[in-house]
Amino acid sequence: MSDTRTISLTLNGAAKTAETDVRVNLADFLRHSLEATGTHVGCEHGVCGACTVIVDGQPVRACLMLAVQADGSTVETVEGLATDGALSDLQAAFSRHHGLQCGFCTPGMLMTLHAFLKEVPNPSETEVREAISGNICRCTGYQGIVAAALDVAASRKGA
Amino acid sequence: MKAAAFHYHDPRTREDLMGLLGRLDDLKLLAGGQSLMPMMNFRIVAPTHLVDLNRVDGLGGISRQGAEVRFGALTRQREVKASEIVANDLPILTEALDHVGHVQTRSRGTIGGSCCHLDPSAEIPAIAALYDAIFEIGGPDGTREVGYADWHLGMLTSALDEREVLEGIRFKPWQPADAGHGWGFYEYARRHGDFAIAGAGCLVDISDQGTIERIATVVMGVDAVPVRLREAEAALVGARPDRTAIAALVEAARSIDAMTDPQVSATYRRRLAGVVTERAVLAAFQRSGITQ
Ligand code: FES
Ligand code: FES
Repeated sequence: MSDTRTISLTLNGAAKTAETDVRVNLADFLRHSLEATGTHVGCEHGVCGACTVIVDGQPVRACLMLAVQADGSTVETVEGLATDGALSDLQAAFSRHHGLQCGFCTPGMLMTLHAFLKEVPNPSETEVREAISGNICRCTGYQGIVAAALDVAASRKGA
Repeated sequence: MKAAAFHYHDPRTREDLMGLLGRLDDLKLLAGGQSLMPMMNFRIVAPTHLVDLNRVDGLGGISRQGAEVRFGALTRQREVKASEIVANDLPILTEALDHVGHVQTRSRGTIGGSCCHLDPSAEIPAIAALYDAIFEIGGPDGTREVGYADWHLGMLTSALDEREVLEGIRFKPWQPADAGHGWGFYEYARRHGDFAIAGAGCLVDISDQGTIERIATVVMGVDAVPVRLREAEAALVGARPDRTAIAALVEAARSIDAMTDPQVSATYRRRLAGVVTERAVLAAFQRSGITQ
């Protein structure tokens, strides 16, 4: 029993098509079929948030969505954040504030905050902490991540 | 782990969906997938057929229908949380949704999926119990409706037959906020967004004379299903919304036959049931505009 489907989606602005088993989740499809390995897979059951990507504008857990369900969708991953090799303001702030150490949680953190800051451009610290409550980081203690998000919000407002 | 292999079906119309329900054996319906997908990844669940509801036309949406608010079963939790209709007519649901998972799971998770999965500490079923919500069930042989009491049969078990699908849920709002309505929701979880150890919700309508006209209180996470404190509720009609009334509900909450597990003992759950009930009821009384 191995049903397959051909999936077409837009990944970070580029049209992509590949065939996959229907049981493959979106995170594995991105990593294995589209070779976009920026999206990390931690727990595979929706607990860690490492696999967070943005599908049609909403942050989702890519391990809890089948690749076939993303057929026809627009998907944004961490690979789409930098432009021409230059880090996005959020990525640069993570680096500046030590918002990452091993980097395993980072793609999920970045995509969660990328979506969040679009929706809530001027968040309180509590709101930032709540926004990343579905993402686990074993290294940083979260302080640097929260500081990075608040820094970006402040500098975007100033800009 | 990865999900075991299955045959995948993504019907586009209700008619196609009913056709599949009538024809396939050993099937699972996939809504938002925030509970089913983890169970499939763990291979606790490995259906032969997976029927994806996400592309079926007309299964989502929030609308006022007469005196009721209707949710299509596939309405995303995120949409429910952002809805003006819900904030106005069912404000306790808006508040409870803050505690449902995280932003990433609410983007996909659905109101109907939560009511079919029926985790003991799930907020949405508890709110449905509070309102005695009506469940609209469809199947190849026709449609039927059941109230909450006949919907939630036990731990993780709804009234759905294998060949049926939940199509919609209807809630009947209480009085408007400016007419003496109060509501309160309180839960305790170890971390924000985790499954609650215990939670409680309360709705109250206060009469012009300042007495309780109608009250509903639910406790979740303590027993396998949300528990309505019906006897205590009935006894409070006509009483004043004061400390004595709260104590009666707290007492009822602490008498629930609580579950026990290696992390949380029944004794602790019962104590917590009292605490969350007290806070939810107090908030409801305060919001009703009565302060005593
Ligand atoms: S890998 Fe998806 S939430 Fe952990
Ligand atoms: S940087 Fe290591 S888990 Fe977050």
